[in-house]
Amino acid sequence: MTTVGKPGVNERKSVDLSVPGRTTTEAATYTVAMEAVDLNAFYGKFRAVRDVNLSFRDRQITALIGPSGCGKSTLLRTLNRMNDLVPGARAEGEVRFHGQNIFEASVDPVELRRRVGMVFQKPNPFPKTIYQNVAWGARINGMRQNLDELVEYSLRQAALWDEVKDKLDESGYSLSGGQQQRLCIARAIAVKPEIILMDEPTSALDPVATLRIEELIQELKVNYTIIIVTHNMQQAARASDHTVFLNMDSDRAGYVVEAGTTGTLFTKPARQETEDYITGRFG
Amino acid sequence: MTSEALPLAGSLRKRRRPGEAVIRGLLFIAAALSILTTVGIVFELGNEALLFFRSEEASLAEFLSSTHWQPAILDFGIWPLVLSTLTTSVTAMVVALPVGLATAIYLSEYATPRVRGTVKPVLEILAGIPTVVYGYFALTFMTPLLRSILGVSMVEIFNTASAGIVVGILIIPLVSSMSEDALHAVPMSLREASFAVGATKLETSLRVVLPGALSGITAAFVVSISRAIGETMVVAIAAGAGPKNFTFGEDSLFGYILNPFVAGETMTGHIVRISGGDLSYNSIDYNSIFAIGLALFVITLTLNILSRRFVARFREVYE
Amino acid sequence: MTPAGTETGGRASDLLRSSSQMRRRQRRGLIARFALLAALMVAVAALVTLIVTILNSSFGLVAVENARSPSELVTSRGYAEDTALGDLSKEDLVALLEAEISTNLGRRFEREQRFFDNRLVFEDPYVLNDLCMTDEPPPACYLPARSHSDVEALVVERVVEPTIVGTWSFFSSTFSREEIEAHAAEKYPGAELEHRSWLSWDFVISPQSPEPAIAGIRTALLGSLWVVLITLIFSFPIGVGAAIYLEEYARENRLTAILQTNINNLAGVPSIIYGMLGLAIFVRTLEVITSGSFLGTGGEATANGRTIVSAGLTLGLLILPIIIINAQEAIRAVPGSLRQAGMALGSTRWQTVRSHVLPNALPGILTGTILAVARALGETAPLVVVGASTFITTDPSGPFSKFTVLPIQIYQWTSRPQDEFRNIAAAAILVLLVLLLTLNTAAVILRNKYSRRTA
Repeated sequence: MTTVGKPGVNERKSVDLSVPGRTTTEAATYTVAMEAVDLNAFYGKFRAVRDVNLSFRDRQITALIGPSGCGKSTLLRTLNRMNDLVPGARAEGEVRFHGQNIFEASVDPVELRRRVGMVFQKPNPFPKTIYQNVAWGARINGMRQNLDELVEYSLRQAALWDEVKDKLDESGYSLSGGQQQRLCIARAIAVKPEIILMDEPTSALDPVATLRIEELIQELKVNYTIIIVTHNMQQAARASDHTVFLNMDSDRAGYVVEAGTTGTLFTKPARQETEDYITGRFG
Repeated sequence: MTSEALPLAGSLRKRRRPGEAVIRGLLFIAAALSILTTVGIVFELGNEALLFFRSEEASLAEFLSSTHWQPAILDFGIWPLVLSTLTTSVTAMVVALPVGLATAIYLSEYATPRVRGTVKPVLEILAGIPTVVYGYFALTFMTPLLRSILGVSMVEIFNTASAGIVVGILIIPLVSSMSEDALHAVPMSLREASFAVGATKLETSLRVVLPGALSGITAAFVVSISRAIGETMVVAIAAGAGPKNFTFGEDSLFGYILNPFVAGETMTGHIVRISGGDLSYNSIDYNSIFAIGLALFVITLTLNILSRRFVARFREVYE
Repeated sequence: MTPAGTETGGRASDLLRSSSQMRRRQRRGLIARFALLAALMVAVAALVTLIVTILNSSFGLVAVENARSPSELVTSRGYAEDTALGDLSKEDLVALLEAEISTNLGRRFEREQRFFDNRLVFEDPYVLNDLCMTDEPPPACYLPARSHSDVEALVVERVVEPTIVGTWSFFSSTFSREEIEAHAAEKYPGAELEHRSWLSWDFVISPQSPEPAIAGIRTALLGSLWVVLITLIFSFPIGVGAAIYLEEYARENRLTAILQTNINNLAGVPSIIYGMLGLAIFVRTLEVITSGSFLGTGGEATANGRTIVSAGLTLGLLILPIIIINAQEAIRAVPGSLRQAGMALGSTRWQTVRSHVLPNALPGILTGTILAVARALGETAPLVVVGASTFITTDPSGPFSKFTVLPIQIYQWTSRPQDEFRNIAAAAILVLLVLLLTLNTAAVILRNKYSRRTA
């Protein structure tokens, strides 16, 4: 863990020529940050996600869209094994991260979550000061030096520094909803993850705050791979490079209908199902 | 189009966290200790009771059939103690059920927030007063009251009625709070449906809400009976010292055997009196109180399990 | 009559009848409402009556007979008749003792504590000197001399010897004072009537005594504190630990279900059963430990396993399920989003629990614990079974002392036939209730503060 900006990830040049939402030209070469292979997710006997094969590109924003209940969040939470915490939840298949299947017994879920961070639907700062909110994750991961710098860096990355630099000792709850969500993003950044999973991060926010978060996500993509679940198609179209459309079958199990660059998916969907959904003709 | 995965940077390999495992282990031991408590209760009560039943002086058959408990002449029949326990418990329930249930109905269906705000703390205080204080109350207030109303000749100084009534007062909060929970669990829509067909508040409460909450209220009753049976200090102080031995056919059933106004020693009262004196271990007296304790444990545990069944039923319906 | 007419007429009367029926139903409703309210008032009345009963016995008139009248004593030392004993000088008080009590008794007092630093009154200086050379010198060898008030108390106790021969409740003392005076004058001609508050500071700090007029609850109060301390040390960490395990670690499986059911069942076991468990396990089986003899101290030969430790552990087992259930509720109330946020940052389970779950659940856990401690403080039956001492006058010196506690003291006094014991039982109840009320208030304040913060 040497560079602050992008720890752990190789610095090899990867060439990706795709321009978000503009062109159908595919990248000649690209780097995959994470890959799901034949992934199935279950709650007890209920299969929530079915046969998912996806690759998430490094330093790109991938949006997961689909009707509610189609397993978007489950899929997302499977990627850093947060679903382990739900009683009865389990996954089959593989999720490859750095070539390693994260479900293998030898993988440490705690370390995995450190490297694949998460931002939740509702802002959930700890009932502690703003400073402690950001510093806590770093502290428990053994970073004890230069915490002040790290806090400032993370808050700057989350575009929150200017608003809170004079009140770091105030409770995280003293902030507005949008600020709280950016605090949660800063908190996720502070442990230096490679991937940040976002589960409908703006659903509890007003339009202005939503816009700020979307801008922020665009800025973060320089350093982080971002996978975002959204219920809002405009958001996916506006803010992502790639879009995955999930639907659910008659057993209520979610499956991937179509995945591609955001531009292609929204302008020339390959599947009728997708078109129905994005044009609002969906059930 | 080609793609390549990021090479492994930094191991995801499981880290050894011995501290984490130790803490988990310690926490598990803390949780498992409660099992040890149960095992301890069952083992100790069972073991001593077994010594008692196996001894030459006593037998299980005698324990379950004799109507005399006179350790001095080695008579060990549990019925005098059981019947006194029954008398105090039934008396207690006669007081606690109507009052507790009515209180619950009033609080849940009628009371304004202000009344609730006053009555709830009163019930909480009642529930928090130590039972020895209720014992004092039974002896110095309830007994003289009964004697002045019904006559000194009818009511003995130590009597099961006085103890039973006070035990009843003591469990009013239990009955009312559990019943109120059950009434609260009945969905508002049921009440609205009843009002919409022109029922009065009383009719709604009695014919719609009450039946809807029946299993929860039954649970409250059952758990209260269990509590009344296990209650000790009130009966130890006010009900009398000495088992009420009787002989069928000779003693009048309602004039003496089940008469609440004469003294009688309950199971709990007997255990307290015997163990409060000089008790030598390995004596038949020592073993005998464990046999009574085992009976008490089995009775109350059965009632508590029964009660939880009823609670589970109303949870199932509405939640 | 046409069929139509019949129909209309029928309908009209139906309407009339239904409205009178409606009125009847409404009236029934009103009556029922008052009946319900009356039932509720029974609960309130019960509490009021109970408290009034106790207050009524805690204060009131007493008839006191003195073996020697104080006025006679003060005149014998040359003071005016109406001088109070307390106004006499220490020398005069000691002189009274010298004149009135036996030399043997005087010597005993003097060995306990000297009357004067510079001289001895009853004891031979050589004897005391010798005594001070022994392995166990009497307290007089190292304690300072008795204070004035101490000597005065001795005079009252040993010379004046006031005996309470009759007591009256607060109500009769207030409303039928004349009858009491007439009755007392006839029945106890030598006695004086005076108001007495059985609850007093002296009552709180005096040790147990067979004489109700001077008995106090110091021993019992200290015993209660010791026992509750042991209870808390034992049950708080285990209870909270168990709650954390069940809420944060346990998987949904059979074992967890068994643990949870078992805890719920234990909460319903009658307290006296815990007493029997304590008697069998702590007092008998673990006697070597609970009597303190494993430490080799064995201070009190009579203590055996019936010690403060045994009592505290027994009550600890008793309130353990209560603490666990309350702590579980408090932990459950911590929003899951905090746990997820913690775990998503790559923290271990324990790091999340320690940093986020516990601090947020703490007020709830403490509230529950305070209530459980209040329960332990009022428990009587299990401690009778475990073997509380019936009569001890010495303060508990540690966890391996014999014990008595406040509720036990109340029980023993209540069981005595004499009226005076009822009075001191009532006074002791007042102290116990004040203690419990304080604890409950603390719990309520904590709860309110907590719920306001999370709201």
